[in-house]
Amino acid sequence: MIRYITRRLLFAVPTLLAISFVLFALLDLAPSDPTGQLPLTIGPEVRAQIRESLGLDQPFAVRYVKWLEQFFVNEPLNVVEKITGLEIGDSSGRLRVRSWATRSPVVDLIVERLPQTLWVVGLSYVVGILIALPIGVFSAYKQYSWFDQIGAFVSMVGFSVPTFFTGLLAILLFSVTLNWLPSIYDTTHEVTDLGSLWTQLKQLFMPVLVLAFYNAAQLSRFMRSAMLDNLNLDYVRTARAKGVRERAVLLVHVLRNSMIPVVTMIALGVPTIFGGAIITEQIFRVNGLGQLLIVAIQGADIPLVQTLTFIFAVLIVLFNLVADVLYGLLDPRIRYD
Amino acid sequence: MAEPATAVVADAPLREHRALWTDVWLAFRKHTGALVGVSVFALIVVAVLFGPHLHAVDPQYLDLGARNQGVSFAHPMGTDNLGRDMFAQMLAGGRVSLAVGFTAMLLALVLGTFVGVLAGYFNRLDGPLMRLTDLFLALPLLPLLLVIIMLFRDTLRAAFGPESGIFLLIVFVIGVTSWMQTARIVRGEVLAVREREFVTAARSVGVRERRIITRHVLPNVLSPIMVSATLGIANAIITESALSFLGLGFPPDFPTWGRLLFDGANFIEITPARVIWPGLAISLTVLSVNYIGDGLRDALDPRLRGR
Repeated sequence: MIRYITRRLLFAVPTLLAISFVLFALLDLAPSDPTGQLPLTIGPEVRAQIRESLGLDQPFAVRYVKWLEQFFVNEPLNVVEKITGLEIGDSSGRLRVRSWATRSPVVDLIVERLPQTLWVVGLSYVVGILIALPIGVFSAYKQYSWFDQIGAFVSMVGFSVPTFFTGLLAILLFSVTLNWLPSIYDTTHEVTDLGSLWTQLKQLFMPVLVLAFYNAAQLSRFMRSAMLDNLNLDYVRTARAKGVRERAVLLVHVLRNSMIPVVTMIALGVPTIFGGAIITEQIFRVNGLGQLLIVAIQGADIPLVQTLTFIFAVLIVLFNLVADVLYGLLDPRIRYD
Repeated sequence: MAEPATAVVADAPLREHRALWTDVWLAFRKHTGALVGVSVFALIVVAVLFGPHLHAVDPQYLDLGARNQGVSFAHPMGTDNLGRDMFAQMLAGGRVSLAVGFTAMLLALVLGTFVGVLAGYFNRLDGPLMRLTDLFLALPLLPLLLVIIMLFRDTLRAAFGPESGIFLLIVFVIGVTSWMQTARIVRGEVLAVREREFVTAARSVGVRERRIITRHVLPNVLSPIMVSATLGIANAIITESALSFLGLGFPPDFPTWGRLLFDGANFIEITPARVIWPGLAISLTVLSVNYIGDGLRDALDPRLRGR
């Protein structure tokens, strides 16, 4: 197992390098100019100086390697220093990935936005899983019952209707018509007492509902088919034959075996929820990572865009690995060597 | 003892000869959801194709005297904040959305089939092509799409004009980022078909590789390709709407369903219909296409057919 993980980690390095190169080259090829947004009264020599100060006069290879160094060496060192309080080498003179728009380090911006995204997106994923699993189990157990049929239809709808429409429908219903919930997520809101907790729950409700519905739609069908694969196997008949109660057969024997592919699926879905969050954050005006990316793209803030998209890619590679490892841990029949 | 045998012989002519596609159609016809899906999708396509001839209102005509109107005989879906007819905009937008969906799907399908067949048929290419597929699967697609469109929008607009430039760009980026699933499925099927006797037979009589692929391998991997085609349309329409919804799709005076939804979202309190119609159109299209895909998958799978 350890050998397998090491091998996969070693294999992830060239993948990530290739992705980072593609992203870097793509952003470099693009005809965009960091001084393009500046007033026209600024002369060409000043513009050239600005470009020089951003390091843009350097050749492509130099900039790419420097960015790699900043991302893989400097920024992790900074994080380590912040956590441990130690000082490793020359920490103030270390080059950092800086946003062109705000001139602050990109990592600081991300750390600032991360909690909002994790709250909304993370919570909706958890809620989605909690809704999907019982529905999946029950529709598999009562296959072709009316519950299963309705579940199939609802999950097809949830899977087909894009979140930007369900989100707007929810706003239309709960904010415009009923006037119960705020349509804008207030990030500065702090939970101090019961009243403010209620406000927080109210503003979390719609974004979480919309994303959870979307996630649950896919997962519940997956759970159902995983259960169906197991329900007719010999060990289930054996368990029933020796008199195990139906509840125990279903929830102990079948469910545990069916969870193996489902857990992998859940792990694989984690990075995609960050992508899906881009849209949800835009609908409900949550200023999380997705919104940061949109603002960065609109402002042609290349370092910020580069770092954010690369972080998304790292998440995908990482969770693919997590899914594979989980699969091996949960199912002892799977051998990797 | 001879009786059952004669019965079989007597029955045989009664069961008429059926081709594969007749079988598929018979199975498909039993899938209620797929049939409803086909009808709804056909209705939407017909409405979008012929609607502008019946409802001959210019979608860009500004009638400032008739702003934010509700449903009326002249404006079946009301008007927007500049007095443009919503129904005409919906029809015009549907043409673009469906055109993007079809062309992007075709591009993804051609790319995916090409990569999948090459990887499955030629051992030498399998490793590198599948690593490439893995690499594409590890890319964060939505952020990447947004970045590409933002960066290359102006260049392509200058080269091909504002509308066809952005159309080409969007179709290209959606197609290039959604071929991977098709490639994987096709590769798996090709790997299995390649080892079958009829391919060996064809090779032994000296049929050239290219002809083996086009005549013997491709027709046998057609069913997964068709299923991914339907899913590809749904995916492309959703992606285009998402891009337009984020403000990075087509320009404002060039309506698509996603763009209409994006513009309508700001007026949700005054004219909620501006959100509901385009959203409903996207959802119904995607839902019907997904049902068609579901029915096709069931009908094309011989293990499920006839059950």
